[in-house]
This record gives sequence, C-alpha cells and structure tokens, in this order.
Amino acid sequence: MTLQAWFALLVAFALAAWAVGALRRRTARHEGGRRFFRHPTAAWGIGVLAFFVIVAVAAPLVTSYDPWEQPDIIHLKNKPPSWTFILGTDVYSRDLWSRVAFGARTSLLVGGLGMLVAVTLGTLVGAVAGYYRRWVDAVLMRGVDVGLALPRIFVLLLAIALFGRLPLPVFVLVIGFTSWFGTSRLVRAEVLSVRERDFVAAARAMGAGPGGVIFRHVLPNAAAPIIVSAALGIGNVLLLEAALSFLGMGVAPPKPSWGNIIADGAPYLATAPWTSLFPGLAIALVVMALNAVGDALREALDPRQEAM
Amino acid sequence: MTEPLLRVRDLKTYFVTEQGRGTARAVDGVSFELYPGETLGIVGESGCGKTVTSLSILRLIPEPPGHIRPGSVIEFEGRNLLTLAPAELRAIRGNQIAMVFQEPMTSLNPVFTVGDQIAEAAIIHQGLSRKAARARAIEMLTLVGFPDPAERVDDYPHQLSGGMRQRVMIAMALVCHPKVLIADEPTTALDVTIQAQILELLDRLQAELGMAVLLITHDLGVVAGQADRVVVMYAGQVVETASTTGLFDGPLHPYTEGLMAAVPRIDAPKSRLQAIPGQVPAATAWPSGCRFHPRCPHAWTKCTIEEPPLLGLGDGDHTARCWLVQEPGRRKPKT
Repeated sequence: MTLQAWFALLVAFALAAWAVGALRRRTARHEGGRRFFRHPTAAWGIGVLAFFVIVAVAAPLVTSYDPWEQPDIIHLKNKPPSWTFILGTDVYSRDLWSRVAFGARTSLLVGGLGMLVAVTLGTLVGAVAGYYRRWVDAVLMRGVDVGLALPRIFVLLLAIALFGRLPLPVFVLVIGFTSWFGTSRLVRAEVLSVRERDFVAAARAMGAGPGGVIFRHVLPNAAAPIIVSAALGIGNVLLLEAALSFLGMGVAPPKPSWGNIIADGAPYLATAPWTSLFPGLAIALVVMALNAVGDALREALDPRQEAM
Repeated sequence: MTEPLLRVRDLKTYFVTEQGRGTARAVDGVSFELYPGETLGIVGESGCGKTVTSLSILRLIPEPPGHIRPGSVIEFEGRNLLTLAPAELRAIRGNQIAMVFQEPMTSLNPVFTVGDQIAEAAIIHQGLSRKAARARAIEMLTLVGFPDPAERVDDYPHQLSGGMRQRVMIAMALVCHPKVLIADEPTTALDVTIQAQILELLDRLQAELGMAVLLITHDLGVVAGQADRVVVMYAGQVVETASTTGLFDGPLHPYTEGLMAAVPRIDAPKSRLQAIPGQVPAATAWPSGCRFHPRCPHAWTKCTIEEPPLLGLGDGDHTARCWLVQEPGRRKPKT
C-alpha cells in the first residue's frame, strides 16, 4: 500500500467517527435522537456503516491496486497479509483489500437499492390493502401469502436458470421484487390501525382524496416500523446477494462483490483462508451494524414512548 | 321562509354487527332542515345517533360495517349528497360543508405543523400555492384568536393545549368559508372556561361569515346559549323539534322533560337531581311502539304497540313524537 492510500484510509476512519459525533450532536435536541444513542451499539453501528460507505465511495483512493490487476500470478498468488498487500492476495494475485473495497460498492449498492425497491413495493401494496380493505385486501394478502410461502432463494435460482446470468440492474430488481412480502404485511397492519384515527376522518371531511389521505395522513404516521424493517432488511438482502454470488449466480466475476470474493477463496480455505475470511468479516460487520441501527431506530421511534 | 340549505329526509344509517347478531339501526328515519345562517342544535344522550347523523351527512360512515339505506335523502342546495360521485362529494367536503370534530387531541395529524393542516383544504379546494396557503393559514389563525399566529403556524399539534387545538380545528374547517359547519360536540373535551371561549368564537365567526351551523351536543346549556332551533334525538329518531325558546318554555316529549329535569339549576332549591330511569336500549333491538315507553313515566298500552309520528302543536313549528300531544289528559301529575 502506498502512503497516500494509508492516509486516505486514516481519513476514512476519522470521517466515520466524525459522522457519528455530528449525528449525535444534531439529534441531541430531540427525545428520539437521545433514545437512539442510548442504545448500547447504535453509535458503533452508525460508525461501521459510515466507514464502509466511505470506503465504497472512495474505493480508488483508499487502495493502491486496481481490483482486476494481477501483478504476478505465479509468485504473488495467495500471499498472506503484509505491508504491501494489507489483506493478502487471492489466487490470481489480486490485492484482496482492493477487491473488498470495490466489492463494497457492488454489495452495498445491491443491498441498498434492492431494499429500496422492496420497501417501496411493500409499502404501496400494504397501504392499498390496508386502506381499501375488503376484496382488495383479500386478493393482495393472499398473493403475499403465496410469495411468503415460496422460498426466495429458489425463485431467484429459477429466474437465473431460465434467463442466464442477470445484468446488475435486473438482478437488483429481481431481489427487490422477491423481498417485499414481509414489509407489505407490516405496513398493512399499521395502516389498518392508523386509518381509524380521528385525524384521518378529519382529513376526509376536509375533502382529501384517497391518495392524499394515504400519502399525507396515513403513511407518515406508519413510517416508524417501515424504516426499522428497511434497516433490518438491507442486511438480509446483503446476505442473499452474497449467497447467490457465492453459488456463482449473482454478480459476475471479475467484478468483485463480497459474495463472489468468498467464492474465489473457498477452494483454498485450508491454505489461504484470508481470501474468504475478510469479505466474510465485512459482511458480518455490516449486517451486525445494520441490526444494531435497526434495533436502536425501533427504540427511538417506538410510538408507545412517543405518546408520553 | 327561505329554502333550506341542507335537508335531511328519512335518513337511515344501519350497522351490520359482527357475528351476524343483527343490524344496529343507529339512525332510523331522521329528518330535519337547516336554513342559511341559523344554528340548529341536535341534542340527545350518548348512543342516540347524533354523531352517526353528522357523519352520514358527509358520508364518512365506515362502510362496512355501516351503510346508509336507500331511500334516505340528504339534500344540499338541491343536490342529493348520497348519490354524488366520490369526486363531486370531495369537492363539497371541507369546501361547502365542513366539520369540527369532538376530540381536538386526536383529530390533528401529529406529523404536520398546524399551518400545513389548515392550508391543506385551501390547497385542495382553491388551488392556492403553498406560499399563499401559508399566508391564508396565518390569516385563519388570527381569525380564531391565536396569539402570535405568524409564529405558531409552524407549531406541531403536541405543542398546543386542547383549547388551542380546537381553535386550529375550527380554522381548518373554516378556511374555505363553508356554507354549513357541522360541529360535533366541539366543546365536550374542553374545560368549562375554554368551552365558553370556543362557543363565543363560533358565535362570532358565524356572524362574520354568515354560515349555518349544525351543533351536535349532549349539553342542553350549550343548546340554550347557541341554537336558534333544536332537534331532540332519542334511539335513532327525532323525538322533538322546536325553536329554542319554544323547547325551553314547554317541552312536549317526556324524554325532553327528563333531560331538562336532569340539568342542575342555579335558581332551584337544593334537591337531588332527577335522572331518567333505565338507559338507552340497544340499537339492535329498539322497543316496540314508542321507543321511549320503557323509560317513560306516562306510558300506557297504546305506547307499547303503536309508534307515534311527529305530532305538531299549534303553529306546527313545535312537534314531538308522543301520543301525549293528542291526549294531554293522559299526562300523570308531577310527583
């Protein structure tokens, strides 16, 4: 690693720590913000997420090798971590740290966008079902039951088997389209309760149409569980992406993603465990951070405490 | 007299109860008229159908389980609100007919500022820009007597007291200058001192804006102070209609008499308050004949069999659903 990359990495650490502090200061005036940071691991969660996001965005700066570059496939393959290659090299002599950093781009992008698609869909379906009830609700929720009954990974494997390896945007969409069922149930339950509140009747008495009522009055008051489930859901999508890539059906190599780096290292687990270990650690860290943040969000947004 | 602004005829709103245990006839053939500029009070105890009547007018009854029976008519300026398309109805709600709800604590959306909520109706109905609507909201807050409206417009509902929230609700209802304001127990959730302020405010705004008010309450004192005419409801029906002075001078229906006897009076000698024996029967099984007969001190056989129509006395402005109007001799002397 060059001095410049080390320096950039140091800046990334500092930025992540600064982001945690800044967020804490910004939210300190709100009761919810204080509750969020009262959670024992919330600050660590935010810090870890901030660090990985910074690394993903600034991947070319914090690394000194191209993730596709194979400096010396004979002499430099499967080298353990050293000052030159801080996480070691893989079987093609590529710098593992570069691959993990650039892989963060793919993995976080797939996780974040996939969840965004899923939450949007789930919220729409859940809101429509909960607001209109009756046959609309029955039809949509039976559909959701079917969706929940099908094991997601098999649906994805089927899609990939039928259409071959999917381009990344399609892959994200497919993950999103198969991940919204749980969210829609949650949103429906929340909407069923919010729609009975007085201010919803007041909004209708004022002449607001169904769209206005749902988007202005019902959903903002049902946002807390949606946000929490989204935070927890990103971790799931991340794991799903890793699983599919590990099976060789997700992100196509040589484009690095955390899942396919693990797959690259799998055959050499006994002799060069670092290739699989570090991307695995990255996944574990990010998923744990997301869970901590989701949990802290749940505590901060809990309406039972809000009512006090 | 002039044409009524709002005419309710034979309104029947039924609720199908769960497990199919019959139909609750919450409102069962209610008729009344509201004339421009007047205040009509609707009184009755809990469960007599006041609120369901007011919600039915704007078709805000949750369906299912509720439904308004065919044959009911709610005519506003000659148009039957019950047959309007949803979009036409929305153009009337909040614009021509507005409503103030009972619970100011829960009738405001907690996630928006009061200014946003007041502005919403103006944006929906008058197509104002956000900026113009905000100015309008400040104007409305001034009108309802908010101190420092330009500041408070950005407050969230939880930062306001109950009385202030009810002022916001009134501001929301009046932002489009409706012709009819339905006030469903607007003061029930408030302190007595705040009640007086809110009623005064409604009075002043009615005079300024010239709207008709349908005032729904269980408080005879409020009716005496505010209403021009009164409709007394019992068990989903209108049991007496009269001008306010007519009603307080000489109630015809034993139920109205009972209500008045149950009000503590400052000028009467200290004695135990009268209560009407029993309670409102269940809406799934109204009594036969006159619905008040099980609780009525004057009831005789005819009352248990035959349901009285609204019977007029004298000029016909004062009517009561009671056989005593025809046979005053049956009235038992006061004990």
